[in-house]
Amino acid sequence: MNILIKNGRLIDPANKIDSITDLYISNGHIASINTAPEGFVADQLIDASDKIVCPGLIDICAHAREPGPSQKGSIKTESMAAVAGGITTMITPPTTNPIIDTPAVAKLIKDRCTEAGKLTIHPMGALTKALEGEQLSPMHALASSGCIAFTNSRNAIANSLVLTRCLEYAATHDFLVVFQAQDAALAQGGCMHDDSTCTRLGLNGIPESTETVEVARCLLLTEQTGVRAHFGQLSCERSVRMIAEAQERGLPVTADVSIQNLLLTDENVNGFNNNFHLIPPLRSQLDRAGLIQGLISGTIQAICSDHQPHERAAKEAPFADTEPGMIGLETLLSLSLWLVEQEMLDLPQLIEKLTLAPAAILGLDAGNLAIGRKADICIFDPKAEWMLTPETSYSRGKNTPFMDHPLKGKVTNTLHNGQVVYSAN
Amino acid sequence: MLEHTDPSQVQLTKDGELKHFITTEHLSREVLTEILDTADSFVDLGAKQVKKVPLLRGKTVVNLFFEASTRTLSTFELAAKRLSADVLNLNISTSSTSKGETLKDTLMTLHAMHSDMFVVRHSSSGAAHFIAEHVTPDVAVINAGDGRHAHPTQAMLDMLTIRQAKGAFEPLSVAIVGDILHSRVARSQIHALRTLGVEDIRVIAPNTLLPHHIESLGVKVYTNMQQGIKDVDVVMMLRLQKERMNSALLPSESEFYKLYGLTMDKLALAKPDAVVMHPGPINRGVEIASSVADCDRSLILDQVTNGIAVRMAVMSMAVSGQTKSRSNNNGTEV
Repeated sequence: MNILIKNGRLIDPANKIDSITDLYISNGHIASINTAPEGFVADQLIDASDKIVCPGLIDICAHAREPGPSQKGSIKTESMAAVAGGITTMITPPTTNPIIDTPAVAKLIKDRCTEAGKLTIHPMGALTKALEGEQLSPMHALASSGCIAFTNSRNAIANSLVLTRCLEYAATHDFLVVFQAQDAALAQGGCMHDDSTCTRLGLNGIPESTETVEVARCLLLTEQTGVRAHFGQLSCERSVRMIAEAQERGLPVTADVSIQNLLLTDENVNGFNNNFHLIPPLRSQLDRAGLIQGLISGTIQAICSDHQPHERAAKEAPFADTEPGMIGLETLLSLSLWLVEQEMLDLPQLIEKLTLAPAAILGLDAGNLAIGRKADICIFDPKAEWMLTPETSYSRGKNTPFMDHPLKGKVTNTLHNGQVVYSAN
Repeated sequence: MLEHTDPSQVQLTKDGELKHFITTEHLSREVLTEILDTADSFVDLGAKQVKKVPLLRGKTVVNLFFEASTRTLSTFELAAKRLSADVLNLNISTSSTSKGETLKDTLMTLHAMHSDMFVVRHSSSGAAHFIAEHVTPDVAVINAGDGRHAHPTQAMLDMLTIRQAKGAFEPLSVAIVGDILHSRVARSQIHALRTLGVEDIRVIAPNTLLPHHIESLGVKVYTNMQQGIKDVDVVMMLRLQKERMNSALLPSESEFYKLYGLTMDKLALAKPDAVVMHPGPINRGVEIASSVADCDRSLILDQVTNGIAVRMAVMSMAVSGQTKSRSNNNGTEV
């Protein structure tokens, strides 16, 4: 199967390419750039005039909900949503049901992903059994079954000795550990950032220290154990500063942030809109500015969707009684382009944070369109205006405040392993 | 990036009239004064031989209490009956109904029975707002207390009591003392006092019972009771809500009483004609001394009487607002 993507603006940060050119794909791989390989006959032609051609996006945190409650989503439905958003690689947390703490669950996810046939899913394994923070998970067996990193998710390991042992063991095998930092006691019962809006609405607050206390502990133990560590979905400016300081000291830690924490603040919760019930919570303007600054300076390398689909009923209740999280696969790129529109990043920088940077953090053979590489490609029209609607969205969850909201920048085609897995009509 | 809505707007018709009563925040001084004036006209009704007026005749009021209450529930029931409404009281414990779907289902069922008004008490902040906005917009919703968010009828009966005792609001200094953190009453009082023109509003509590950034609501924060109560005209005590205290907020009740309990000694620091209020039920010897609660400067029983009048006022105003808003909507559809 030969595909020719013609006349698009190819942006490939890995190879520092930004030019209008043609891309030749053969047998799932990049065959040539600009000039046709000898004897190349295109089976399919994609006209990418006025469009951007870039590596398929890599979403470093998205919940596909399988295995687990099928009313929220499945690998099939959420894969479709992902490729409609230009995402060709998705990293899923171990908080499935059952939890990813046995090789069988990891294998199941990989198999379902292959069946769906849309993209690549790399599950993260549980750091401790049942995420209970007591006993180490079989990390080596999990890694052999496809787990790309290990995390205890938002269930902080209360016992610091157990946490130290986890990190030492992961370091033994050079596994990446992902921290989604949240102190359990400080987070207890909270549903939004603890500030004046929270006080007015009379909701239980999640203080900044919920994150920063745990970031501090994890940084200290990372340094002590020498483990490779990544901090997922930061929400506080102070966390960014602590991580920047650690990086300056030479600690090889990385971080990502969800697009919603870059765009929204706790003031959005005014009016008790349940779609703004998120964990980590939307925080202050100062935090948001600090996260954007961290992204620009490189302290934070990647942007993710933190996609969390829910059924309607899970969001139909008074604010604190609803389940936290919003969907984001289909809007990740469009919303991220706002950072370019505001001239915080240029387009190649943004694309790097959505492709090459997460690939580098995870050590993936992806996010790179050099000749011979896998043809995972996203093609989008940066000027196209569109709206995500409940009828046209692919995710089983419809829970996002950006539903029916004008968006700019629309994915037109997505290729995975050289196959067109999504085409906008 | 996204606009956020003002939660108080849901309770007003297009013409700015009350159709629900969810919160005192962002309501105009005119609306608050109208509530007080209307309530004033009902105050004397209780003393008459025939205590009823026909304003809600033929209407069905459902008191939907997801949280235990005797005093608020009974004053709402009396208020509705004095307005000639049919009243249904439902006590639904939240422990047996686990999550929100049940709340919605319960409401849809009651809605199908053609109720005209829901009086809702719920342990979750935003519950009344959720019902008014998403579940039953054509039924008047009166908030009888939602989580820590608001208890607007309590705040308005307090305002009525203050107005009766003091006249104008502007020159007053008002202190609110006690468990501000967990108190929906305090939040609603602060918004109402500010809108009615009180400039010197003080909250007095230890840091563990103060919500963060409470000063953003326009109050002065005191952690020392003696300093905070000095020369105030009104002392509003709050109940120390023991049932909500699930973590280490205070060393002991006795230490709290020593530092923040209202005794005659502490009251002596306020203005000589200062009045004392409490939303009840009072914990004698925890937040207030018996000698204070029973003294002639205590308005605690006036508050109860005024509670019925204020609830009659907002119920009649909300039903009238709903009727008008519905006829307006019908008008535009034609």
